[in-house]
Amino acid sequence: MTKEKIRETVLRALSQIAPEADLAQIKPHLRIRDQLDIDSMDMLNFMIAIHKELKIEIPETDYPKLLTLDDCTEYLASRQGLEAR
Amino acid sequence: MAEFVMPQLGADMSAGKLLGWRKKAGDSVKRGDIIADVETDKADIEVEVFTSGVIEKILVQPGERVPVGTPLAIIREEGETEMLSVSPGAQAGRPSAATLPAPAAPVSPPVIPPMAARLHISPAAKAFAADHGIDPASVTGTGPGGRITLEDVQRAVQVKTAQPAAEAGVDRQTRMRQAIAGAMARSKREIPHYYLSTTIDMNRAMAWMAQANLKRPIEDRLVYGVLLLKAVALALRETPELNSAWIEGKAVLSADVHVGVAISLRGGGLVAPALHHTDRQSLDELMKAFRDLVQRARAGSLRSSELSDPTITVTSLGEQGVETVFGIIYPPQVALVGFGKLVERPWSSQGQIVSRPVITATLSADHRVSDGHRGGLFLAAIERKLQEPETL
Repeated sequence: MTKEKIRETVLRALSQIAPEADLAQIKPHLRIRDQLDIDSMDMLNFMIAIHKELKIEIPETDYPKLLTLDDCTEYLASRQGLEAR
Repeated sequence: MAEFVMPQLGADMSAGKLLGWRKKAGDSVKRGDIIADVETDKADIEVEVFTSGVIEKILVQPGERVPVGTPLAIIREEGETEMLSVSPGAQAGRPSAATLPAPAAPVSPPVIPPMAARLHISPAAKAFAADHGIDPASVTGTGPGGRITLEDVQRAVQVKTAQPAAEAGVDRQTRMRQAIAGAMARSKREIPHYYLSTTIDMNRAMAWMAQANLKRPIEDRLVYGVLLLKAVALALRETPELNSAWIEGKAVLSADVHVGVAISLRGGGLVAPALHHTDRQSLDELMKAFRDLVQRARAGSLRSSELSDPTITVTSLGEQGVETVFGIIYPPQVALVGFGKLVERPWSSQGQIVSRPVITATLSADHRVSDGHRGGLFLAAIERKLQEPETL
């Protein structure tokens, strides 16, 4: 999957959690939590949605690597590469 | 026969609009079934029935807005014979209210004049009604034997003052703010709050949870908020007076622990539905119930019992960066627990200064029901429970 597709998947997962948000306005280098006013339960649901879509199990210790949209894309691309090997 | 009434879904609700029936006259229902949908100022609610039997008569049609306590339907309980006409009590008990245009003309039940009987009303309720221009005969009594309580009259006053806004089609957000304003103003006016706080070392709890989550699939992982809720619920067993309701001038202990969880809604405002039997559920069960509750609260599909049953409220504002919460009690509850942000702080442990994740827990409590000493014991119990996370 390309980074662009991963990014779309991430945005789709976020749209389930914050349906009222205009995701086109998200700044990719800023913290998602702050931009969408989401809490830890939302974050857990976000991780579950990502897991369902990409079949990648994200350990809790890696949550700090998924703070921004750019972070998510990079992290998931690298994890996908690792899991494909 | 049993009356299925417009439920009281929190202190900030004085009336509700029936959105629709999920059952019709003649249908069988059993305790716990969702049989109607009601619009409150805060949300649309699925209303459960607490009697098993057959719906004998529908009294209120979709589209009608009626005060709390108004009979919506008559239910013939199991073992009872079919009624011939609507009971006088059911008719007399239905107060006049703001009635919105119904989509279809309701079928009027036979009108039977109410019994000319002496009103059962408390002196305080009578005086309050007189002060606010309320005719006690128009108020539905919810006390023992249908006695009209002070709370019943206060609700009637709220209905009277809230009706113009509801009728004018004020948007949900404004009505929610009005409902919250009514309950919070009442709380601050009537409840002598006292406040206590303590800082809790969360090192063990967080380490235990991290280990526990390593073994779990992502869907089953815990969030630390669940540990806090369970610790509060267990601590209430040691100070049960904080798990009470203030009714008719005295504290009434609640038999069960149903922690209400303050959940912010994405469009603004909040609700605080109950996690039923919080003290008896395992952390896994609580986590599942908590996730479900948050999702349904934000999707607008809560059940009536979840809004009417909380015996204490827990609010956590740490996600917003708040370190200490000084909450307002949600009447008729008598306590509220607030949690702030989980932060790393220098902490003295065994003669060493170390960095520890800590959280500030606060108690807002009703001084009519408990004293600072008992409140302090309660906070200490929460702290103790969190030092033994494996026992939660």
